[in-house]
Amino acid sequence: MEELNAGDTAFILISAAMVLLMTPGLAFFYGGMTRAKSVLNMMMMSFIALATVPVVWVLWGYSMAFGGSSTGFIAGFDALGMSGVTPESMSGSIPEFAFSAFQMMFAIITVALISGAIADRAKFGTWALFTVLWVTLVYFPVAHNVWGGGWLATTFEPIIDFAGGTAVHINAGAAALALVLVIGKRIGFQRDPMRPHNLPFVMLGAALLWFGWFGFNAGSELAADGVAAAMLINTAVATAAAILGWLVVEVVRDKAATSLGAASGAIAGLVAITPSGANVSPIGAIIIGVAAGVITAFAVSLKYRLGYDDSLDVVGIHMVGGLVGSLLVGLLAAEAFGGISGSVSQLGRQAAASFIVLGYSFVVTYILGTLLDKTIGFRIKEEEEVAGIDMTTHAETAYEFFTSGGSLAKSGHAGASVPVEGKVNA
Amino acid sequence: MKLVTAVIKPFKLDDVRSALESFGVHGMTVSEASGYGRQKGHTEVYRGAEYTVDLVPKVRLEVLLDDTDVDDVVEVIVKTSQTGRIGDGKVWVAPIDTVVRVRTGERGVEAL
Repeated sequence: MEELNAGDTAFILISAAMVLLMTPGLAFFYGGMTRAKSVLNMMMMSFIALATVPVVWVLWGYSMAFGGSSTGFIAGFDALGMSGVTPESMSGSIPEFAFSAFQMMFAIITVALISGAIADRAKFGTWALFTVLWVTLVYFPVAHNVWGGGWLATTFEPIIDFAGGTAVHINAGAAALALVLVIGKRIGFQRDPMRPHNLPFVMLGAALLWFGWFGFNAGSELAADGVAAAMLINTAVATAAAILGWLVVEVVRDKAATSLGAASGAIAGLVAITPSGANVSPIGAIIIGVAAGVITAFAVSLKYRLGYDDSLDVVGIHMVGGLVGSLLVGLLAAEAFGGISGSVSQLGRQAAASFIVLGYSFVVTYILGTLLDKTIGFRIKEEEEVAGIDMTTHAETAYEFFTSGGSLAKSGHAGASVPVEGKVNA
Repeated sequence: MKLVTAVIKPFKLDDVRSALESFGVHGMTVSEASGYGRQKGHTEVYRGAEYTVDLVPKVRLEVLLDDTDVDDVVEVIVKTSQTGRIGDGKVWVAPIDTVVRVRTGERGVEAL
């Protein structure tokens, strides 16, 4: 057993906390893009993943992804409930608990990413159940296949997916596309204006994601070393280049550099450098960043042409951005960085891994989504959607637009009966 | 008595309010409004998708006046809120039957 390295351990513990912060960041990023009547639901879709996935992870997720000894479809069920793992257990130079906690955060954000595609219209209970079933049936097997020594990684060795271009972003993007096709468009899609209601939230969310992403990417080295440092600078520069790429497209096409474009470009760059950043030079990172910014800036418009309502562009940014990074690294990989040189055969392996994960995620998610839709229903009623899912599902509204009228409907709680301003059902 | 209603560009509100104050108008009601006239709306772009926004934000300002002040007040409002560009707004005058000051119960011109 390798000896514990305090520097590595400290770095991974901090990185795990940084990756956790990405999911609340995502809640703001997505929440700001919805309409005012559904922001709370959008944020809750991320927050419920923060609640369900860690429990599932400890109970069976860690075992399925990394805990067992199998090298096939999943790792097995040897470590259910994290049995056998103690503070002394090691994973490389860090405690197994540190590794497990770090990987747990990835599972949370991956399923949360999907939620943006089905904004405003998903039954909350069904979504909560979906997070449990999806990580179990899709994320854990894919994570095992990409990082846990499973079938995919051994069959196409060596594939490059340092921090999750296939396992996280292509995976979530393909699942988002499947779910959109299952549950359908928002009422009024392509008819009503559905402008983002709070762009400062979007900027705040992008900033939190960006910060957390340094833990996500550099932390994926699982050590505080030169590769982590290379990954960190590449993450910074690719993100910067992607913002510039997206904004140039906007200035030429739309005659305005928008804040939503800057935030979106940043995320696209972060997505694309996720699989690739440890295997390219900083110049390679700039190329990947610019490509990601430009390509995703066009990709997000596809939904209008093809007529599917990927509400907050999960497919356009995460699936397409993930493909940009996963494929380009096949050509741009520099031997001095990750020991692999870019080549057509490497591009072929990258494409195989990417499209296998894409196809697996799409098919399983489509079946899972359809089953949930046919049984307990995946979509709220039309009148609930029009009135606003915050009010009809969560019995809350994010903002108070009227400051008079109403009273407490039931005074069943202890204490004085306090009028609730703006409450409509008094 | 007359009710003068002006729908103006929001950034002109402060100018109009202080001009009316110097003229001797001591009260008014201001509300946020949205609408369009010949100006129509404007275009916004989100991730490359263009949205035509028909309703433009405006400020609606209402002043109750004695008949004799009306023409001057209208002129003050028009002069201070004018930019000469499309979308400057409108001012209209309507007759009022009566006005009551809630605190004292005074009626008519006394209540202005």
